[in-house]
Amino acid sequence: MSIKKTSRRDFIKISAAGTAGLALANPVLNWVPGFLPKHEKPLDESKAKRFPTFCEVCFWKCAGFTYLNNEGKIQKIIGNEDDPHSNGRFCPRGTGGVGMYYDNDRLKKPLMRVFEDGENKFKEVSWEVALDFIADKMKVIAKDHGPESMALLYHASSGSYFKHLLKAYGSKNIAKPSYAQCLGPREAGFVATYGAGISSPEPTDVKNTKCLVLIGNHVGENMHNGYVQEVSEAIDRGASIITVDPRFSTIASKSKFWLPIKPATDLALLLSWIHVLIYDDLYDKKYVEQYAFGFDELKAHVKNFTPEWAYTKTDINPEDIRDSAYEMAKAAPAAIVHPGRHTTWYGDDTQRTRAIAILNALLGSYGKKGGWYFAEKKKVPQYPAPAYPHPQWTWKEITRPTYKSAGTGLANDLIKASLPSNQSEHKIKGWLVVGTNLLSTIPDKNQTLAAIKNLELMVVVDTMPMEITGYADIILPECTYLERYDDIRSSQHRYPNIALRMPAAEPRWDTKPGWWMAKELASRLKLGKYFRWENVEEELDWKFKQMGTSLEEMKKIGVKIFDKEKDLYLDEGEEHFFNTDTGKIELYSLDLEAKGYDPMPKYTEHAQPDENFYRLIYGRAPMHTFGRTSNNPNLVDLMEENKVWVNPKVAKIWGLEPDQEVWLENQDGVISTFSIKVRVTERIRHDSVYIIHGFGKSNKLLTNCYGKGIDDSELITRIKIDPIMGGTGMRENFVTFLLENPHKKEVKS
Amino acid sequence: MRYAMTMDIKKCVGCSDCVVACQTENNVPIGFCRDWIVENVDGTYPNLELEIRSERCNHCDDTPCVRTCPTGASHVIEGGIVKVTPIECIGCGACIQACPYDARYFHPDGYVDKCTFCDHRVTKGQDTACVSVCPTKSLAFGDLDDPNSPVSILLRERKWKVNAPEAGTKPQVYFLT
Amino acid sequence: MKEELFISGRDIPFIDPVLNVWHWQIPLYLFVGGLAAGLIFFASYFYLKGKEKEYPMAIKIAPLLAPIVIVLGLIALILDLRHPAYFWQLYTTIRLDSPMSWGAWTLGAIMPLSILWPLSYIQDIKNYFGDWTFKMPYKLLVWFIKMIDRYWIIKWVYELSIKFRKPIAITNLILAIILGVYTGILLSAFNARPLWNTSILGPLFLVSGLSTGAATIMWMAKDHHEKIAFSKIDLLLIAVEIFFIVHMFMGFLASSEVQQEAAALFLGGEFTAVFWGFFVTIGLVFPAILEIMELNGFKIPISIPAFFILFGGALFRFIMVDAGQITRFLY
Repeated sequence: MSIKKTSRRDFIKISAAGTAGLALANPVLNWVPGFLPKHEKPLDESKAKRFPTFCEVCFWKCAGFTYLNNEGKIQKIIGNEDDPHSNGRFCPRGTGGVGMYYDNDRLKKPLMRVFEDGENKFKEVSWEVALDFIADKMKVIAKDHGPESMALLYHASSGSYFKHLLKAYGSKNIAKPSYAQCLGPREAGFVATYGAGISSPEPTDVKNTKCLVLIGNHVGENMHNGYVQEVSEAIDRGASIITVDPRFSTIASKSKFWLPIKPATDLALLLSWIHVLIYDDLYDKKYVEQYAFGFDELKAHVKNFTPEWAYTKTDINPEDIRDSAYEMAKAAPAAIVHPGRHTTWYGDDTQRTRAIAILNALLGSYGKKGGWYFAEKKKVPQYPAPAYPHPQWTWKEITRPTYKSAGTGLANDLIKASLPSNQSEHKIKGWLVVGTNLLSTIPDKNQTLAAIKNLELMVVVDTMPMEITGYADIILPECTYLERYDDIRSSQHRYPNIALRMPAAEPRWDTKPGWWMAKELASRLKLGKYFRWENVEEELDWKFKQMGTSLEEMKKIGVKIFDKEKDLYLDEGEEHFFNTDTGKIELYSLDLEAKGYDPMPKYTEHAQPDENFYRLIYGRAPMHTFGRTSNNPNLVDLMEENKVWVNPKVAKIWGLEPDQEVWLENQDGVISTFSIKVRVTERIRHDSVYIIHGFGKSNKLLTNCYGKGIDDSELITRIKIDPIMGGTGMRENFVTFLLENPHKKEVKS
Repeated sequence: MRYAMTMDIKKCVGCSDCVVACQTENNVPIGFCRDWIVENVDGTYPNLELEIRSERCNHCDDTPCVRTCPTGASHVIEGGIVKVTPIECIGCGACIQACPYDARYFHPDGYVDKCTFCDHRVTKGQDTACVSVCPTKSLAFGDLDDPNSPVSILLRERKWKVNAPEAGTKPQVYFLT
Repeated sequence: MKEELFISGRDIPFIDPVLNVWHWQIPLYLFVGGLAAGLIFFASYFYLKGKEKEYPMAIKIAPLLAPIVIVLGLIALILDLRHPAYFWQLYTTIRLDSPMSWGAWTLGAIMPLSILWPLSYIQDIKNYFGDWTFKMPYKLLVWFIKMIDRYWIIKWVYELSIKFRKPIAITNLILAIILGVYTGILLSAFNARPLWNTSILGPLFLVSGLSTGAATIMWMAKDHHEKIAFSKIDLLLIAVEIFFIVHMFMGFLASSEVQQEAAALFLGGEFTAVFWGFFVTIGLVFPAILEIMELNGFKIPISIPAFFILFGGALFRFIMVDAGQITRFLY
């Protein structure tokens, strides 16, 4: 049998296996005389059964309780008041998380790619068959290429057990798209400055701040729950907010200063703020003297970056630049220049974040109340298992020669290492993809597809038939987070805390939890010694007991807060060792210098759109988490499609009407698969358009969202790689409007 | 007792949690809602103003919806909460026509449905579902007759407006500006 | 630029983007209600004036249509309900504040009386149908008259109807006015719909209803004298109607912003053509001109103006119900 032949990995539509339950009420019946209206009694919360969980709709992972209704079915999810991530209040996505469970488009049975009747097909198979197949293939790969050739790409809580499996198997080639496609640059920038990354949730003391500076960060539209809550508290207290954004974001409308910047010029603004703080003598001299290294070099470096100079780059009035710098200084040290989260913009992103880090240091806010607090996290012990085998090579051999400050594996680099063109000895031959739709999260879809075709094994674990599942050899249907246990959530916060997720319902259809799949695969790979527990409850209970609690207690309380070991803030003049070469905050980075990068951030010009083209800016809506929620029936009900925001002046030039359908074409001639409706709004600058990420799904099995809106990531084909950490800058793509359907001629009747 | 709600325009980001929380709390079928979010933009770039409001039935003091109901299905309960009794409702639509806020809709089961101020919760001392979940705490609920209730305090301390006061219904959802 | 949009929620069936709760049923119900009111009004009024001889069609024959169209109206009303099986709930309570309740009860009261009236003239009606080539109604009536003789209860009712013609006429006259006004008040009671929120709608709908009634009688009348009389009545009603319409718009334009916006729908907005072109011109002015010409000796089949008046009356109600639902206070 030749696997190759049957695994060309062209996209296969998963045949609609099993009929989705038609839950629609029958409107005809309601008209029949005598038909009584249903009259559901509201739930009595105090008597209802509830199970602790933490949310899987986004990375914030708020803890709460899943409530069952009187019939024992899942009704709602409510935040856990002890949880510092949610403070008892879930965001719309968390509240709408019930839709993940009730979505009838979910994956229902393990599916295997077979070659039958001259075509590739997915066939329903038993878990036995599916897991045996994967284990056999993994054994072959280990034998032929070494276990290092298996990679794990994940972005789901259950990734934890697959990580353990892959390390036991002998590979450390593990990556999350959330690093190089999202928050990597800010981590690298802060590591270079403070010797420590930021991590999540960000230890910004927003609730006590007097001034919050946001560089393109659209808090409130990004619904990072605890962060949004603290911003609201800050607004209540009258804190001033400074928002830099070419778009009149929601938070811009609540800001004292909105600086409508010309896109891609942020670094000029940041440098001129540094200039004003230093040359107008506004910076925290005592703090800088005690904790910072390289001030004189910095002062000399920014000498010419006056607000007047910045105005020529950013279109922001010099007075506004100066006034906003004074505003921050007035509030310092209770001032935060927020690092943002999605920071892969123009390729010089680590340096931009460096400038942000430097600003915070000049304001003396790092380690100060209202600035940055020192977060603490509880270490979760490993269940006893032998040491992992030592891999011959890891992602570091692939990535670090080029991107010397990469902090974790880069998903896009592991994909590159899977290409046939990879001539090095570090080749990736198999992928385990857990809960991430790589075709949307990784820019340059064609490269990803080429890599997929070159694989010997691709396993996709997901709850939904995302596009990536169509290219898999095996699809393993995972049950949703409301139907499973997962590893303990231990997160950094003001106080160390842990949370439990436990099932509130039996898995629907033939779906299974990730931990079970990992354990089953381990036993087939003769790695059972790494999973020496009968079931996950035993494993979790052991870990909880090591931490001074138990599964039984956690089932009742859901969240446990521990005492702090370190102080939240630095005392006045307190000595503090930063984990850098100098032990100080490096305004001048010796580490970057040693690696051959600029030790201090420099302004570089970035491309601006040609005539008739507009910069493609993408962002988020509070009711969706990218593609993860785009088929969730409850959340689709809140927002079912994205629209392209167009300034009225631009709309006039093009003759665009509100809700007119257009197609977008980018600078490389790539055209959106679907059309998108126009939103004519003053909220966007004339040289840019804005769309919300996560729509335009092309898999017809996603019946709630198929073809609604467009997918920005297919228009992101020009990638600006950050030379320091390998982040994929995605904000230098420009689009134009197509008013007629460009796909018409290709459509056959 | 006079229940009322306040909605802080300064803080609301339009996240829509109130909408989905109401739906899951009250079994509102998908495709329908008892509360909703409105966005108003005014001005010319870059001199702009944005207002986001979470809206719902105003549980008016003067209730044209209850007046026009021919069967008495629409009624007012303790605290001024306007409710509909599904089995008394014939679905004539008069109350929908009567509401200047368009806060009522036809439930697919044939009766008129609307916000109940979560009477099943507030009578037990809990907040409404939307208030209890609001991440920005833009929403507050309470008894206007109690000077120490959150709404009484907010209405004393802040400037406020109501929607369409000219409709003359004396609405009891207040928008803090 | 000003922008207003729903971020989430709403976009609910029948509510957004514009209210679309009432479809064809309610305007039809209002039209036939007005027509029945007109027919009953003229029959009662001229009976009480002792004009039985001069206006036989108006008093004796035409009122037969009233219970028929009232039943049609009730069917339309029930069809409008989302929960038709609960129709009877309307008659478990009287709610004076609710025009819908009011109307249901008025119709309930006028219904038996509107049957009693033609019952008292059953012999005349039989004779009227005797002239028809289509013999079905005639045969039915002959059979029914036999039934009167056969069953004492029907006979008793029949005799009562003749005996109490006068009190019935007085009651009917009052109920007809209530019914006619009610068709307008049903709409004008809704403050929330700026277009409907004018007290002139009651009289306007009453006059329009009377006009459709008069047109029907004029159409059916055989006697030239009766035709001319109702033609004149109709002309007068049309004149009053046009006066009310002009008055209504003047009122809107002098009123609040939402009412000015409501008027704008008819003064340049999407209802301009259908309202002024079809209703006012073809449904009022054109038949009025034809009637004037006829009164001045031109030979014009009376059915033409009568038809256009009925058409206009129905159209008017469809327009008012449709347009009214578009007008709102918010969004």
